[in-house]
Amino acid sequence: MANILVIAEMQDGKVRKSTHSAITFARQVGGTFSILVLGQGAKAAAAEVTGYGAQAVLACDDAYLAQPLAERIAPTAAATAKSGNFDVVVVTASSFGKDLAPRVAAKLSAGYAPDINGVKSDGGKLVFKRPVFAGNAFATCEVTTPVKVVSVRQSEFAAAEPSGGASPIQDVALAAKDAAAEAVEFVGLEAAKSERPDLGEAKVIVSGGRALKEKFAEVLDPLANLLGAAVGASRAACDAGYAPAELQVGQTGRVVAPQLYVAIGISGAIQHLAGMKGSKTIVAINKDPDAPIFQVADYGLVADLFTAVPELVTELKKAKG
Amino acid sequence: MKILVPLKRVADPDNANKVKVNAGKLETTGLEWKPNPFDEYAVETALRLTENGTNTKARQGEVVVVTFGPKEAETTLRGALATGADRAIRIDATDDQLDGDIVARALKALVEKEKPDLVLLGKQAVDGDSNQVGQLLAEYLGWPQATFAGTIKSEDDKSLLVGREVDGGTISLRVKLPAVVSVDLRIVAPKSVKSKFTPDTHAYPEGVRFAALMAIMAAKKKPLVEMKLADLTTDTALKITYTGFELPPARKAGIKVKSVPELVEKLKSEAKVL
Ligand SMILES: Cc1cc2nc3c(=O)[nH]c(=O)nc-3n(C[C@H](O)[C@H](O)[C@H](O)COP(=O)(O)OP(=O)(O)OC[C@H]3O[C@@H](n4cnc5c(N)ncnc54)[C@H](O)[C@@H]3O)c2cc1C
Ligand SMILES: Nc1ncnc2c1ncn2[C@@H]1O[C@H](COP(=O)(O)O)[C@@H](O)[C@H]1O
Repeated sequence: MANILVIAEMQDGKVRKSTHSAITFARQVGGTFSILVLGQGAKAAAAEVTGYGAQAVLACDDAYLAQPLAERIAPTAAATAKSGNFDVVVVTASSFGKDLAPRVAAKLSAGYAPDINGVKSDGGKLVFKRPVFAGNAFATCEVTTPVKVVSVRQSEFAAAEPSGGASPIQDVALAAKDAAAEAVEFVGLEAAKSERPDLGEAKVIVSGGRALKEKFAEVLDPLANLLGAAVGASRAACDAGYAPAELQVGQTGRVVAPQLYVAIGISGAIQHLAGMKGSKTIVAINKDPDAPIFQVADYGLVADLFTAVPELVTELKKAKG
Repeated sequence: MKILVPLKRVADPDNANKVKVNAGKLETTGLEWKPNPFDEYAVETALRLTENGTNTKARQGEVVVVTFGPKEAETTLRGALATGADRAIRIDATDDQLDGDIVARALKALVEKEKPDLVLLGKQAVDGDSNQVGQLLAEYLGWPQATFAGTIKSEDDKSLLVGREVDGGTISLRVKLPAVVSVDLRIVAPKSVKSKFTPDTHAYPEGVRFAALMAIMAAKKKPLVEMKLADLTTDTALKITYTGFELPPARKAGIKVKSVPELVEKLKSEAKVL
């Protein structure tokens, strides 16, 4: 029976929603799990996740952990994994999780299965599935070490719903500090200011490509507003500065799987498809009938986006009455 | 500044849709090899950090590139030498002898020999998409890390100011050298990298530099040494093993709609997503 440690991600004093995907992983594997919340205000945040069926919610509440620095967080995460005899340590594969997990694995001499999209327990042995080559193949893999570290795709492990009960909150002491932490200084976070849902959590995403040029926001915002959607972008749109980098969807950006993904003026390069192919319904608007995006689109519209998108806004308003 | 850049060759990502799965095995015959794009960006970044952008011929430091791979992977190293790297090292290994952890532990031993001020590498190799070697290496070395760097400024010889691309925006970190920095896509934008030699006003062309024919010829004479994996690590047990491959489930074929009203109608009554 596995005993799993879920590492929560904190943001603005709260447990970030992405954490719920790691909880789903723990439930799928079965056995027992605990949740570790690290950060300033971790104790208060821990109360948010006591209703998910964990054995315990462990909180390391310390100003030293106020910023998401792997050099500061990894020592306590690894020490907790050791002292609690956890055999699997899991975190969601957000930028936070990807930055942190390998450092924790190295401390535990554990193998690390990154960015998995599935898990099976094969006679007590854990078998992981993960996309490789920009999602052009799914690999099956095993971690050979006694302790295993895993990061899970938020788009593939649906956010866990509360299951009732009340896990006890236990304090965890800060582990001895690493010298590496002395060599890194947090200068600041330039946070994306947006009223829109996070790309990882949005039910609808309106995504734009290079074709939008300087009119990126002007064209997409009315549609996104109407649909309550998050806005995404292709690499080309981000590189050109039409959209901020954190909106990039793809193999090397955010991986998303909303109910509805509307790709506007995006050609559909494999690196882009890798980040959105799992969406339930895909709509593509592109003036090139041969654009590869149409191969994954459920509904394709060959049209000039500068007329089609405003028309779509008008029609949607009508349809919504 | 002395910079070590680990460089991996990968199956050409633009042809990765030709990746075939045969009886649970990945078929790599017939695939073309290319340097991992993120590693090309790391080489470009290393060059920018060790030069005055207005005179890219004179290197103000040393850039050493290293790969773990078979003899043919030397093509990738020569490519990096041609664009301006000084020396290359190939550690003889085949892909199935390696996982991220072995690469990181061997790199640690190499770093202890070479004593670079900075290890600069891609955030991920676009074949396995693992995104782990940089972080593992930093931990094994006890060094700070700045992953997913979109901007780097070399303030003096002792530290770097790094802008990291994260989910919620950009995190700025100051790391003391020696450090490990992994680079993201935007690092090769015209003003992303600032060395202390380059005037503030200087803007690079977008992307990585190409080697002139002369430089390609000259690169053949630059030093390239071979090492054995066993020279760097004796523990060669894989921590992750791949047991099978399959193609991802195909999406069912979609349709083309003729008009915006038809699209709205389909979304409403067929897909039921409105
Ligand atoms: C290492 C690496 C990693 C990468 N990672 C990612 C990633 O994570 N995400 C990602 O998106 N890309 C990524 N890419 C880039 C990818 O290969 C493509 O270059 C990129 O996705 C193209 O963006 P685009 O579709 O916006 O631009 P383009 O390919 O230029 O396509 C623009 C499209 O707009 C259409 N168009 C033009 N005008 C109009 C109009 N008026 N009306 C309607 N349609 C119009 C055109 O027909 C065309 O199809 C990566 C590349 C590399 C090398
Ligand atoms: N076989 C290899 N040879 C050289 N560098 C490698 C190798 N494997 C991984 N790397 C480096 O580690 C980075 C991250 O790779 P990965 O963690 O495998 O996604 C790559 O961008 C390379 O710089």
